[in-house]
Amino acid sequence: MAYSDKVLDHYENPRNVGKLDADDESVGTGMVGAPACGDVMRLQIKVNADGIIEDAKFKTYGCGSAIASSSLLTEWVKGKNLDEAEQIRNTEIAEELALPPVKIHCSVLAEDAIKAAVKDLREKRSR
Amino acid sequence: MEKPIYFDYLATTPVDPRVVEKMVHCLSIEGNFGNPASRSHLYGWKAEEAVENGRRQVADLIKADPREIVWTSGATESDNLAIKGAAHFYVKKGKHIVTSKIEHKAVLDTCRQLEREGFEVTYLDPGSNGLITPEAVSAALREDTVLVTIMHANNEIGTVNDIAGIGEVTRAAGVLFHVDAAQSAGKVVIDMENMKVDLLSMSGHKMYGPKGIGVLYVRRKPRVRLEAQMHGGGHERGMRSGTLPTHQIVGMGEAAHVAQEGMELEAVRLKALRRRFWDGIKDIEEVHINGDDIHRLPGALNVSIAFVEGESLIMSLKDLAVSSGSACTSASLEPSYVLRALGLSDELAHSSLRFSFGRFTTDDDVDAAVAQLRTAVEKLRDLSPLWDMFKDGVDLNSIEWAAH
Repeated sequence: MAYSDKVLDHYENPRNVGKLDADDESVGTGMVGAPACGDVMRLQIKVNADGIIEDAKFKTYGCGSAIASSSLLTEWVKGKNLDEAEQIRNTEIAEELALPPVKIHCSVLAEDAIKAAVKDLREKRSR
Repeated sequence: MEKPIYFDYLATTPVDPRVVEKMVHCLSIEGNFGNPASRSHLYGWKAEEAVENGRRQVADLIKADPREIVWTSGATESDNLAIKGAAHFYVKKGKHIVTSKIEHKAVLDTCRQLEREGFEVTYLDPGSNGLITPEAVSAALREDTVLVTIMHANNEIGTVNDIAGIGEVTRAAGVLFHVDAAQSAGKVVIDMENMKVDLLSMSGHKMYGPKGIGVLYVRRKPRVRLEAQMHGGGHERGMRSGTLPTHQIVGMGEAAHVAQEGMELEAVRLKALRRRFWDGIKDIEEVHINGDDIHRLPGALNVSIAFVEGESLIMSLKDLAVSSGSACTSASLEPSYVLRALGLSDELAHSSLRFSFGRFTTDDDVDAAVAQLRTAVEKLRDLSPLWDMFKDGVDLNSIEWAAH
Protein backbone atom coordinates (compact mmCIF):
# COMPACT_ATOMS: atom_id res chain seq x y z
CA MET A 1 0.00 0.00 0.00
CA ALA A 2 1.27 3.45 -0.82
CA TYR A 3 1.30 5.84 2.13
CA SER A 4 1.28 9.61 1.95
CA ASP A 5 4.53 11.42 2.67
CA LYS A 6 3.04 12.75 5.90
CA VAL A 7 2.25 9.27 7.20
CA LEU A 8 5.74 8.14 6.28
CA ASP A 9 7.28 11.16 7.99
CA HIS A 10 5.40 10.54 11.25
CA TYR A 11 6.15 6.85 11.01
CA GLU A 12 9.88 7.37 10.40
CA ASN A 13 10.19 10.20 12.94
CA PRO A 14 7.38 9.81 15.44
CA ARG A 15 6.91 12.88 17.64
CA ASN A 16 6.50 12.78 21.40
CA VAL A 17 6.99 9.08 21.95
CA GLY A 18 7.01 8.18 25.59
CA LYS A 19 5.25 7.85 28.86
CA LEU A 20 4.11 10.29 31.53
CA ASP A 21 3.43 9.37 35.14
CA ALA A 22 -0.18 8.20 35.07
CA ASP A 23 -0.55 8.84 38.81
CA ASP A 24 0.36 12.52 38.47
CA GLU A 25 -2.72 14.68 39.16
CA SER A 26 -1.95 16.86 36.15
CA VAL A 27 -1.68 13.92 33.72
CA GLY A 28 -4.59 12.37 31.84
CA THR A 29 -4.21 8.95 30.21
CA GLY A 30 -6.31 7.52 27.39
CA MET A 31 -5.77 3.94 26.30
CA VAL A 32 -7.98 2.75 23.45
CA GLY A 33 -8.15 -0.12 20.99
CA ALA A 34 -7.44 -3.80 21.55
CA PRO A 35 -4.52 -6.09 20.71
CA ALA A 36 -6.92 -8.48 18.98
CA CYS A 37 -7.96 -5.72 16.58
CA GLY A 38 -4.37 -4.94 15.73
CA ASP A 39 -4.12 -1.50 17.30
CA VAL A 40 -3.76 -0.06 20.79
CA MET A 41 -3.03 3.62 21.45
CA ARG A 42 -1.93 5.14 24.73
CA LEU A 43 -2.14 8.92 24.71
CA GLN A 44 -1.17 11.03 27.71
CA ILE A 45 -1.54 14.77 28.25
CA LYS A 46 -0.14 16.99 30.99
CA VAL A 47 -1.85 20.28 31.80
CA ASN A 48 -0.41 23.30 33.57
CA ALA A 49 -2.10 25.47 36.21
CA ASP A 50 -3.93 27.44 33.49
CA GLY A 51 -5.50 24.29 32.11
CA ILE A 52 -3.36 24.34 28.98
CA ILE A 53 -1.89 21.09 27.64
CA GLU A 54 1.84 21.64 27.94
CA ASP A 55 3.02 18.14 27.12
CA ALA A 56 1.69 15.09 25.32
CA LYS A 57 3.17 11.62 24.87
CA PHE A 58 2.03 8.52 23.06
CA LYS A 59 2.84 4.92 22.38
CA THR A 60 0.99 2.95 19.73
CA TYR A 61 0.86 -0.69 18.72
CA GLY A 62 -0.58 -0.76 15.24
CA CYS A 63 -0.09 -0.12 11.58
CA GLY A 64 1.73 2.88 10.11
CA SER A 65 -1.47 4.92 9.91
CA ALA A 66 -2.25 4.32 13.57
CA ILE A 67 1.24 5.39 14.60
CA ALA A 68 1.09 8.48 12.39
CA SER A 69 -2.42 9.44 13.65
CA SER A 70 -1.35 9.36 17.27
CA SER A 71 1.96 11.11 16.58
CA LEU A 72 0.16 13.93 14.75
CA LEU A 73 -2.39 14.22 17.54
CA THR A 74 0.31 14.82 20.17
CA GLU A 75 1.56 17.73 18.08
CA TRP A 76 -1.92 19.20 17.69
CA VAL A 77 -3.04 19.05 21.31
CA LYS A 78 -0.05 20.89 22.74
CA GLY A 79 -1.00 24.47 23.65
CA LYS A 80 -4.71 23.71 23.57
CA ASN A 81 -7.04 23.68 26.57
CA LEU A 82 -9.12 20.59 27.32
CA ASP A 83 -12.25 21.86 25.57
CA GLU A 84 -10.30 22.63 22.43
CA ALA A 85 -8.50 19.28 22.52
CA GLU A 86 -11.83 17.49 22.74
CA GLN A 87 -12.98 19.24 19.60
CA ILE A 88 -10.39 17.56 17.38
CA ARG A 89 -12.21 15.39 14.88
CA ASN A 90 -10.99 12.22 13.24
CA THR A 91 -11.84 13.68 9.85
CA GLU A 92 -9.24 16.41 10.37
CA ILE A 93 -6.60 13.82 11.17
CA ALA A 94 -7.58 11.65 8.22
CA GLU A 95 -7.48 14.66 5.93
CA GLU A 96 -4.12 15.93 7.17
CA LEU A 97 -2.54 12.47 6.71
CA ALA A 98 -4.46 11.66 3.51
CA LEU A 99 -5.52 8.31 4.96
CA PRO A 100 -7.14 5.88 2.52
CA PRO A 101 -10.72 4.77 3.40
CA VAL A 102 -9.54 1.42 4.78
CA LYS A 103 -7.41 3.30 7.35
CA ILE A 104 -10.02 5.80 8.58
CA HIS A 105 -10.51 3.71 11.72
CA CYS A 106 -6.97 4.67 12.78
CA SER A 107 -7.98 8.33 12.93
CA VAL A 108 -11.17 7.39 14.79
CA LEU A 109 -9.03 5.63 17.35
CA ALA A 110 -6.89 8.76 17.77
CA GLU A 111 -9.98 10.85 18.40
CA ASP A 112 -11.14 8.29 20.95
CA ALA A 113 -7.72 8.44 22.60
CA ILE A 114 -7.71 12.19 23.21
CA LYS A 115 -11.31 12.07 24.45
CA ALA A 116 -10.38 9.30 26.87
CA ALA A 117 -7.33 11.22 28.10
CA VAL A 118 -9.38 14.39 28.71
CA LYS A 119 -12.06 12.39 30.50
CA ASP A 120 -9.46 10.75 32.72
CA LEU A 121 -8.03 14.13 33.67
CA ARG A 122 -11.44 15.63 34.41
CA GLU A 123 -12.35 12.68 36.62
CA LYS A 124 -9.10 13.08 38.52
CA ARG A 125 -9.81 16.76 39.10
CA SER A 126 -13.38 16.28 40.23
CA ARG A 127 -12.28 13.92 42.97
CA MET B 1 15.69 3.03 -6.40
CA GLU B 2 17.34 -0.18 -5.35
CA LYS B 3 14.90 -3.05 -5.22
CA PRO B 4 14.19 -4.70 -1.87
CA ILE B 5 15.70 -8.13 -1.24
CA TYR B 6 13.16 -10.77 -2.22
CA PHE B 7 11.97 -13.05 0.59
CA ASP B 8 8.59 -13.98 -0.84
CA TYR B 9 9.30 -17.14 -2.86
CA LEU B 10 6.04 -18.69 -1.63
CA ALA B 11 4.12 -15.89 -3.34
CA THR B 12 5.88 -16.42 -6.63
CA THR B 13 9.33 -17.13 -8.05
CA PRO B 14 11.27 -15.47 -10.84
CA VAL B 15 11.55 -17.58 -13.97
CA ASP B 16 14.89 -19.39 -14.02
CA PRO B 17 17.15 -18.10 -16.86
CA ARG B 18 17.44 -21.67 -18.23
CA VAL B 19 13.65 -21.74 -18.47
CA VAL B 20 13.45 -18.33 -20.16
CA GLU B 21 15.97 -19.52 -22.73
CA LYS B 22 13.71 -22.45 -23.72
CA MET B 23 10.54 -20.36 -23.73
CA VAL B 24 11.67 -17.59 -26.03
CA HIS B 25 12.16 -20.09 -28.85
CA CYS B 26 8.45 -20.89 -28.91
CA LEU B 27 6.97 -17.53 -29.82
CA SER B 28 8.07 -15.82 -33.01
CA ILE B 29 7.94 -16.67 -36.70
CA GLU B 30 11.51 -18.00 -36.49
CA GLY B 31 10.57 -20.12 -33.48
CA ASN B 32 8.30 -23.00 -32.57
CA PHE B 33 5.04 -21.03 -32.69
CA GLY B 34 2.70 -23.58 -34.25
CA ASN B 35 -0.54 -24.85 -32.79
CA PRO B 36 0.19 -28.19 -31.14
CA ALA B 37 -3.21 -29.39 -32.35
CA SER B 38 -2.38 -28.78 -36.03
CA ARG B 39 -1.94 -32.24 -37.50
CA SER B 40 -1.42 -31.29 -41.13
CA HIS B 41 1.99 -29.60 -41.15
CA LEU B 42 5.44 -29.38 -39.59
CA TYR B 43 4.61 -26.35 -37.42
CA GLY B 44 1.99 -28.32 -35.56
CA TRP B 45 4.14 -31.43 -35.26
CA LYS B 46 7.08 -29.49 -33.84
CA ALA B 47 4.85 -27.72 -31.32
CA GLU B 48 3.26 -31.00 -30.29
CA GLU B 49 6.69 -32.50 -29.80
CA ALA B 50 7.65 -29.62 -27.47
CA VAL B 51 4.41 -29.98 -25.52
CA GLU B 52 4.88 -33.71 -25.10
CA ASN B 53 8.47 -33.18 -24.00
CA GLY B 54 7.23 -30.76 -21.31
CA ARG B 55 4.59 -33.26 -20.28
CA ARG B 56 7.24 -35.94 -19.83
CA GLN B 57 9.45 -33.58 -17.79
CA VAL B 58 6.61 -32.76 -15.39
CA ALA B 59 5.59 -36.43 -15.19
CA ASP B 60 9.19 -37.37 -14.33
CA LEU B 61 9.27 -34.86 -11.47
CA ILE B 62 6.38 -36.60 -9.73
CA LYS B 63 7.07 -40.16 -11.02
CA ALA B 64 3.89 -40.24 -13.08
CA ASP B 65 2.95 -41.38 -16.58
CA PRO B 66 2.92 -38.46 -19.07
CA ARG B 67 -0.64 -39.45 -20.00
CA GLU B 68 -1.67 -38.53 -16.45
CA ILE B 69 -0.68 -34.89 -16.92
CA VAL B 70 -3.39 -32.36 -17.88
CA TRP B 71 -2.29 -28.79 -18.68
CA THR B 72 -4.27 -25.98 -17.07
CA SER B 73 -3.83 -22.25 -16.53
CA GLY B 74 -2.51 -22.70 -12.98
CA ALA B 75 -3.10 -24.36 -9.65
CA THR B 76 -6.38 -22.50 -9.09
CA GLU B 77 -7.83 -23.99 -12.25
CA SER B 78 -6.35 -27.40 -11.39
CA ASP B 79 -8.04 -27.28 -7.96
CA ASN B 80 -11.36 -26.28 -9.53
CA LEU B 81 -11.16 -28.99 -12.16
CA ALA B 82 -10.18 -31.68 -9.66
CA ILE B 83 -12.74 -30.85 -6.98
CA LYS B 84 -15.76 -29.82 -9.06
CA GLY B 85 -14.88 -32.30 -11.78
CA ALA B 86 -14.71 -35.28 -9.42
CA ALA B 87 -17.65 -34.18 -7.25
CA HIS B 88 -19.88 -33.79 -10.28
CA PHE B 89 -18.78 -36.97 -12.00
CA TYR B 90 -19.22 -39.15 -8.91
CA VAL B 91 -22.27 -37.36 -7.52
CA LYS B 92 -24.34 -40.59 -7.58
CA LYS B 93 -21.85 -42.13 -5.16
CA GLY B 94 -22.34 -39.46 -2.54
CA LYS B 95 -22.23 -35.77 -1.79
CA HIS B 96 -19.76 -35.47 1.08
CA ILE B 97 -16.30 -33.90 0.80
CA VAL B 98 -13.53 -33.64 3.39
CA THR B 99 -11.02 -30.80 3.39
CA SER B 100 -9.22 -28.63 5.97
CA LYS B 101 -9.57 -25.11 7.32
CA ILE B 102 -6.10 -24.12 6.16
CA GLU B 103 -6.44 -24.92 2.47
CA HIS B 104 -5.77 -22.30 -0.15
CA LYS B 105 -8.78 -20.20 -1.17
CA ALA B 106 -8.82 -21.98 -4.52
CA VAL B 107 -9.86 -25.12 -2.63
CA LEU B 108 -12.00 -23.49 0.07
CA ASP B 109 -14.03 -21.34 -2.30
CA THR B 110 -14.53 -24.26 -4.66
CA CYS B 111 -15.86 -26.30 -1.73
CA ARG B 112 -18.15 -23.42 -0.78
CA GLN B 113 -19.53 -23.43 -4.31
CA LEU B 114 -20.24 -27.16 -4.04
CA GLU B 115 -22.02 -26.53 -0.73
CA ARG B 116 -24.28 -24.10 -2.55
CA GLU B 117 -25.00 -26.90 -5.01
CA GLY B 118 -26.06 -29.24 -2.20
CA PHE B 119 -22.81 -30.99 -1.27
CA GLU B 120 -21.76 -31.31 2.37
CA VAL B 121 -18.21 -30.36 3.30
CA THR B 122 -16.28 -31.19 6.47
CA TYR B 123 -13.52 -28.69 7.26
CA LEU B 124 -10.88 -30.35 9.43
CA ASP B 125 -9.02 -28.36 12.09
CA PRO B 126 -5.25 -28.67 11.89
CA GLY B 127 -3.25 -29.45 15.00
CA SER B 128 -1.61 -26.47 16.70
CA ASN B 129 1.45 -27.44 14.61
CA GLY B 130 -0.55 -26.83 11.43
CA LEU B 131 -0.61 -30.47 10.32
CA ILE B 132 -3.57 -32.54 9.13
CA THR B 133 -3.05 -36.15 10.18
CA PRO B 134 -4.22 -39.34 8.41
CA GLU B 135 -6.09 -40.17 11.63
CA ALA B 136 -8.07 -36.93 11.46
CA VAL B 137 -8.98 -37.64 7.84
CA SER B 138 -9.95 -41.20 8.67
CA ALA B 139 -12.27 -40.05 11.46
CA ALA B 140 -14.06 -37.64 9.11
CA LEU B 141 -14.89 -40.19 6.37
CA ARG B 142 -18.53 -41.22 5.91
CA GLU B 143 -20.45 -43.67 3.77
CA ASP B 144 -21.23 -40.91 1.30
CA THR B 145 -17.75 -39.32 1.17
CA VAL B 146 -16.58 -39.05 -2.42
CA LEU B 147 -13.52 -36.84 -2.17
CA VAL B 148 -10.82 -35.77 0.27
CA THR B 149 -8.83 -32.66 -0.67
CA ILE B 150 -5.84 -31.78 1.52
CA MET B 151 -2.88 -29.59 0.61
CA HIS B 152 0.65 -30.94 0.57
CA ALA B 153 2.44 -27.80 1.82
CA ASN B 154 0.70 -24.81 3.33
CA ASN B 155 1.25 -21.49 1.57
CA GLU B 156 1.35 -19.36 4.72
CA ILE B 157 3.24 -21.39 7.27
CA GLY B 158 5.10 -23.84 5.00
CA THR B 159 4.12 -26.99 6.90
CA VAL B 160 4.12 -30.26 4.91
CA ASN B 161 1.37 -32.83 5.42
CA ASP B 162 1.81 -36.61 5.29
CA ILE B 163 0.02 -37.14 1.98
CA ALA B 164 1.40 -40.68 1.68
CA GLY B 165 -0.29 -41.53 4.98
CA ILE B 166 -3.56 -39.81 4.06
CA GLY B 167 -3.52 -41.64 0.71
CA GLU B 168 -3.43 -45.00 2.49
CA VAL B 169 -6.56 -44.03 4.41
CA THR B 170 -8.52 -42.76 1.42
CA ARG B 171 -7.56 -45.62 -0.90
CA ALA B 172 -8.57 -48.21 1.70
CA ALA B 173 -11.91 -46.44 2.04
CA GLY B 174 -12.44 -46.16 -1.72
CA VAL B 175 -12.51 -42.37 -1.58
CA LEU B 176 -10.75 -40.13 -4.10
CA PHE B 177 -7.83 -38.05 -2.81
CA HIS B 178 -6.89 -34.68 -4.30
CA VAL B 179 -3.73 -32.86 -3.22
CA ASP B 180 -2.96 -29.21 -3.83
CA ALA B 181 0.81 -29.40 -4.34
CA ALA B 182 1.30 -25.87 -5.65
CA GLN B 183 3.78 -25.05 -2.87
CA SER B 184 5.58 -28.38 -2.65
CA ALA B 185 6.14 -29.47 -6.25
CA GLY B 186 9.80 -29.18 -7.15
CA LYS B 187 10.78 -28.60 -3.53
CA VAL B 188 10.07 -31.88 -1.77
CA VAL B 189 9.69 -35.43 -3.12
CA ILE B 190 6.35 -36.25 -4.73
CA ASP B 191 6.08 -39.83 -5.92
CA MET B 192 2.90 -40.89 -7.67
CA GLU B 193 4.19 -44.49 -7.99
CA ASN B 194 4.11 -44.90 -4.24
CA MET B 195 1.74 -42.23 -2.94
CA LYS B 196 -1.92 -43.14 -3.27
CA VAL B 197 -2.94 -39.74 -4.55
CA ASP B 198 -5.59 -39.62 -7.28
CA LEU B 199 -5.48 -35.97 -8.31
CA LEU B 200 -2.66 -33.47 -7.76
CA SER B 201 -2.48 -29.75 -8.61
CA MET B 202 0.75 -27.99 -9.54
CA SER B 203 1.67 -24.45 -10.53
CA GLY B 204 4.39 -23.25 -12.88
CA HIS B 205 5.24 -19.98 -11.20
CA LYS B 206 5.92 -21.44 -7.75
CA MET B 207 8.78 -23.52 -9.16
CA TYR B 208 10.70 -20.98 -11.25
CA GLY B 209 8.50 -21.46 -14.28
CA PRO B 210 6.13 -18.93 -15.85
CA LYS B 211 2.80 -17.73 -14.49
CA GLY B 212 -0.37 -18.77 -16.28
CA ILE B 213 0.44 -22.47 -16.52
CA GLY B 214 -0.32 -25.35 -14.21
CA VAL B 215 -0.93 -29.05 -14.20
CA LEU B 216 -3.53 -31.41 -12.87
CA TYR B 217 -2.27 -34.94 -12.43
CA VAL B 218 -5.14 -37.37 -13.04
CA ARG B 219 -4.41 -41.00 -12.10
CA ARG B 220 -4.94 -43.71 -14.72
CA LYS B 221 -4.65 -46.78 -12.48
CA PRO B 222 -7.07 -46.94 -10.79
CA ARG B 223 -8.71 -44.65 -13.28
CA VAL B 224 -10.09 -41.33 -12.13
CA ARG B 225 -12.74 -39.58 -14.19
CA LEU B 226 -13.72 -35.94 -14.18
CA GLU B 227 -16.45 -33.77 -15.57
CA ALA B 228 -14.77 -31.11 -17.71
CA GLN B 229 -15.13 -27.49 -16.60
CA MET B 230 -13.89 -25.97 -19.84
CA HIS B 231 -15.57 -27.18 -23.01
CA GLY B 232 -14.34 -26.74 -26.56
CA GLY B 233 -11.98 -28.55 -28.88
CA GLY B 234 -11.56 -31.59 -26.69
CA HIS B 235 -7.92 -31.00 -25.85
CA GLU B 236 -6.26 -32.90 -22.99
CA ARG B 237 -8.45 -35.97 -23.58
CA GLY B 238 -11.55 -33.88 -23.19
CA MET B 239 -10.72 -32.84 -19.64
CA ARG B 240 -9.57 -29.32 -20.48
CA SER B 241 -10.23 -27.72 -23.84
CA GLY B 242 -8.25 -24.76 -25.10
CA THR B 243 -5.24 -24.34 -27.38
CA LEU B 244 -2.12 -25.43 -25.55
CA PRO B 245 0.30 -22.55 -24.87
CA THR B 246 3.54 -24.09 -26.15
CA HIS B 247 5.89 -21.54 -24.59
CA GLN B 248 4.27 -21.84 -21.14
CA ILE B 249 4.31 -25.62 -21.29
CA VAL B 250 7.93 -25.72 -22.41
CA GLY B 251 8.69 -23.37 -19.53
CA MET B 252 6.95 -25.42 -16.88
CA GLY B 253 8.51 -28.59 -18.27
CA GLU B 254 12.01 -27.16 -18.12
CA ALA B 255 11.33 -25.73 -14.65
CA ALA B 256 10.31 -29.21 -13.49
CA HIS B 257 13.48 -30.66 -15.00
CA VAL B 258 15.74 -28.08 -13.34
CA ALA B 259 13.97 -28.51 -10.01
CA GLN B 260 14.27 -32.29 -10.13
CA GLU B 261 17.98 -32.25 -10.92
CA GLY B 262 18.88 -29.91 -8.07
CA MET B 263 16.22 -30.80 -5.50
CA GLU B 264 18.33 -32.53 -2.86
CA LEU B 265 21.18 -30.04 -2.84
CA GLU B 266 18.83 -27.08 -2.97
CA ALA B 267 16.85 -28.41 -0.02
CA VAL B 268 20.03 -28.67 2.04
CA ARG B 269 21.05 -25.14 1.04
CA LEU B 270 17.65 -23.65 1.82
CA LYS B 271 17.45 -25.38 5.18
CA ALA B 272 20.84 -23.90 6.04
CA LEU B 273 19.60 -20.41 5.07
CA ARG B 274 16.50 -20.89 7.17
CA ARG B 275 18.59 -21.99 10.15
CA ARG B 276 20.97 -19.06 9.66
CA PHE B 277 17.99 -16.71 9.72
CA TRP B 278 16.40 -18.29 12.77
CA ASP B 279 19.72 -18.39 14.64
CA GLY B 280 20.00 -14.68 13.95
CA ILE B 281 16.64 -13.78 15.46
CA LYS B 282 15.74 -16.47 17.98
CA ASP B 283 17.18 -14.59 20.95
CA ILE B 284 14.73 -11.71 20.40
CA GLU B 285 12.26 -11.95 23.27
CA GLU B 286 8.81 -13.39 22.52
CA VAL B 287 9.46 -14.64 18.99
CA HIS B 288 7.61 -17.80 17.98
CA ILE B 289 7.72 -20.07 14.93
CA ASN B 290 4.24 -20.76 13.51
CA GLY B 291 3.70 -24.32 12.34
CA ASP B 292 5.62 -27.55 12.80
CA ASP B 293 9.37 -27.07 12.84
CA ILE B 294 10.26 -30.47 11.36
CA HIS B 295 7.63 -31.08 8.69
CA ARG B 296 8.08 -27.93 6.66
CA LEU B 297 9.32 -26.70 3.32
CA PRO B 298 13.09 -26.19 3.37
CA GLY B 299 12.90 -22.47 2.60
CA ALA B 300 9.84 -21.27 4.50
CA LEU B 301 9.51 -19.72 7.94
CA ASN B 302 6.54 -17.97 9.53
CA VAL B 303 7.21 -16.18 12.79
CA SER B 304 5.11 -14.13 15.19
CA ILE B 305 6.86 -11.31 16.98
CA ALA B 306 4.71 -10.36 19.95
CA PHE B 307 3.86 -6.74 20.77
CA VAL B 308 4.64 -5.38 17.32
CA GLU B 309 2.08 -5.21 14.56
CA GLY B 310 2.83 -6.93 11.24
CA GLU B 311 2.07 -4.12 8.84
CA SER B 312 4.12 -1.52 10.65
CA LEU B 313 6.90 -4.09 10.87
CA ILE B 314 6.79 -4.50 7.10
CA MET B 315 6.89 -0.72 6.73
CA SER B 316 10.10 -0.73 8.73
CA LEU B 317 11.53 -3.52 6.61
CA LYS B 318 11.33 -1.49 3.45
CA ASP B 319 14.48 -3.07 1.99
CA LEU B 320 12.97 -6.54 2.38
CA ALA B 321 10.09 -8.03 0.40
CA VAL B 322 8.17 -10.19 2.89
CA SER B 323 4.52 -10.85 3.63
CA SER B 324 2.47 -10.75 6.80
CA GLY B 325 -0.55 -12.54 8.22
CA SER B 326 -1.69 -9.25 9.66
CA ALA B 327 -5.13 -7.97 8.83
CA CYS B 328 -3.76 -4.62 7.87
CA THR B 329 -2.04 -5.97 4.79
CA SER B 330 -5.30 -7.35 3.45
CA ALA B 331 -8.37 -5.55 2.22
CA SER B 332 -10.63 -7.44 4.60
CA LEU B 333 -8.96 -6.38 7.88
CA GLU B 334 -9.32 -9.97 9.06
CA PRO B 335 -6.15 -11.62 10.35
CA SER B 336 -4.96 -14.76 8.59
CA TYR B 337 -7.51 -17.58 8.74
CA VAL B 338 -4.64 -20.07 8.62
CA LEU B 339 -2.98 -18.71 11.75
CA ARG B 340 -6.36 -18.48 13.47
CA ALA B 341 -7.04 -22.13 12.64
CA LEU B 342 -3.78 -23.04 14.40
CA GLY B 343 -5.25 -21.52 17.54
CA LEU B 344 -3.10 -18.39 17.48
CA SER B 345 -4.58 -15.38 19.21
CA ASP B 346 -5.63 -12.52 16.95
CA GLU B 347 -2.81 -10.56 18.46
CA LEU B 348 -0.12 -13.03 17.44
CA ALA B 349 -1.74 -13.43 14.03
CA HIS B 350 -1.46 -9.66 13.60
CA SER B 351 2.21 -9.90 14.53
CA SER B 352 3.23 -12.56 12.00
CA LEU B 353 5.73 -12.40 9.19
CA ARG B 354 6.38 -14.93 6.44
CA PHE B 355 9.93 -15.22 5.14
CA SER B 356 10.47 -17.56 2.22
CA PHE B 357 13.90 -18.21 0.81
CA GLY B 358 14.61 -19.51 -2.67
CA ARG B 359 17.02 -20.29 -5.46
CA PHE B 360 18.52 -16.81 -5.60
CA THR B 361 18.74 -16.09 -1.84
CA THR B 362 22.27 -15.77 -0.45
CA ASP B 363 23.84 -15.80 3.02
CA ASP B 364 24.35 -12.04 2.71
CA ASP B 365 20.65 -11.56 1.98
CA VAL B 366 19.76 -13.47 5.12
CA ASP B 367 22.24 -11.52 7.23
CA ALA B 368 20.78 -8.24 5.96
CA ALA B 369 17.29 -9.47 6.84
CA VAL B 370 18.34 -10.42 10.36
CA ALA B 371 19.95 -7.02 10.96
CA GLN B 372 16.97 -5.06 9.64
CA LEU B 373 14.46 -7.16 11.50
CA ARG B 374 16.29 -6.68 14.79
CA THR B 375 16.45 -2.91 14.32
CA ALA B 376 12.79 -2.71 13.34
CA VAL B 377 11.58 -4.80 16.26
CA GLU B 378 13.54 -2.68 18.70
CA LYS B 379 12.15 0.53 17.21
CA LEU B 380 8.55 -0.66 17.21
CA ARG B 381 8.73 -2.11 20.70
CA ASP B 382 9.95 1.26 21.92
CA LEU B 383 6.74 2.59 20.39
CA SER B 384 4.49 -0.16 21.71
CA PRO B 385 2.34 0.33 24.82
CA LEU B 386 1.88 -3.44 24.92
CA TRP B 387 5.61 -3.99 25.19
CA ASP B 388 5.71 -1.48 28.09
CA MET B 389 2.99 -3.39 29.85
CA PHE B 390 4.66 -6.74 29.19
CA LYS B 391 7.89 -5.37 30.63
CA ASP B 392 6.00 -4.02 33.66
CA GLY B 393 4.62 -7.50 34.24
CA VAL B 394 1.03 -6.65 33.30
CA ASP B 395 -0.95 -9.63 32.01
CA LEU B 396 -2.51 -8.35 28.80
CA ASN B 397 -5.29 -10.91 29.08
CA SER B 398 -6.35 -9.41 32.40
CA ILE B 399 -7.28 -6.12 30.76
CA GLU B 400 -10.74 -5.46 29.42
CA TRP B 401 -10.06 -4.13 25.96
CA ALA B 402 -12.71 -2.20 24.15
CA ALA B 403 -13.06 -3.97 20.81
CA HIS B 404 -13.61 -1.62 17.94
